[in-house]
Amino acid sequence: MLDRGAAIFNLFAMSRIYFEDFVAGAVTIYGPRTVTRQEIIAFASEFDPQPMHLDEEAAKKTMLGGLSASGWHSCAIMMRLLCDGLALHSSSMGAPGVDEVKWLKPVRPGDSLSARVTVLDKRAPKTRPHMGFVQFRCEMLNQHGEVVLEANYPGMFAKRNREAAE
Amino acid sequence: MKFFDDIRIGDLREFGKHTFTVEEIKRFAESFDPQPFHLDEEAAKRSHFGALCASGWHTTAACMRLIVDYHKRLAAEMIARGEQPAKIGPSPGFTNLKWLKPVYAGDTVAFASEVFEMRPMASRPQWGVVRMRTIGTNQKGERVYEIENTAFIERRAA
Repeated sequence: MLDRGAAIFNLFAMSRIYFEDFVAGAVTIYGPRTVTRQEIIAFASEFDPQPMHLDEEAAKKTMLGGLSASGWHSCAIMMRLLCDGLALHSSSMGAPGVDEVKWLKPVRPGDSLSARVTVLDKRAPKTRPHMGFVQFRCEMLNQHGEVVLEANYPGMFAKRNREAAE
Repeated sequence: MKFFDDIRIGDLREFGKHTFTVEEIKRFAESFDPQPFHLDEEAAKRSHFGALCASGWHTTAACMRLIVDYHKRLAAEMIARGEQPAKIGPSPGFTNLKWLKPVYAGDTVAFASEVFEMRPMASRPQWGVVRMRTIGTNQKGERVYEIENTAFIERRAA
């Protein structure tokens, strides 16, 4: 991604969690957030208009056996949990991508979802002294404790003290 | 959807284009990704992105919409020819999603895919697994998005 050195530090001057604060093995739970039928249908109408995401009766006839959220909606909900819980209170610079997402179970209307985030690893490239990559595994759990989605991805975070890093 | 048996490695599909407007970018971000560079032009200018840009998950969702519309058109054409379209099962997930460059407000991204792997399912002989790489390219010809999707696709009855 684009690299604009000092600008990052102005934007994130007030943030709380920096690259240095992540410790491998640490587990944090964010959420929960309840998903309504209306939200499932609204998201699907705009982005994934297939019967299993739009209509209860039509959804019963599909392999998912009932109305369920689009997998992309589940990903977006995960993002919101991670935003509210972490990104907005940190020096987050976004993510370059996602290594893998597994959609393990359907997300149903009324489900209450939490994100269980484990820090797997972190690395600070020498070529970019002001930031580093934190590798996460995020498991999204429903109210029954079932993992509905698992994601593995690197997050980019600015360091607390750029001068010290250089 | 074509049946598994009629799909080949290397098959290319063009799903169409989507233009990401300021209004859409902000609306998606308010719901799902309320970071300053997706919500506010001024804050975005001061960020490492340099201008308002779409949430990466907005890009994936917009791509999905084009894929669904493509398959609906294809199914309608097949039905019009008197053919039965193949069923698609729920996707188990994806790998190697890359947000290669920001998708800025006003950008138009074209999405296309290529099949790179196919295998029949031993446990469920009526289904096959198809993996495809989908790529998003902006109006300047820059690759902004890449993902490897997996789909379960119905096989023709033996």
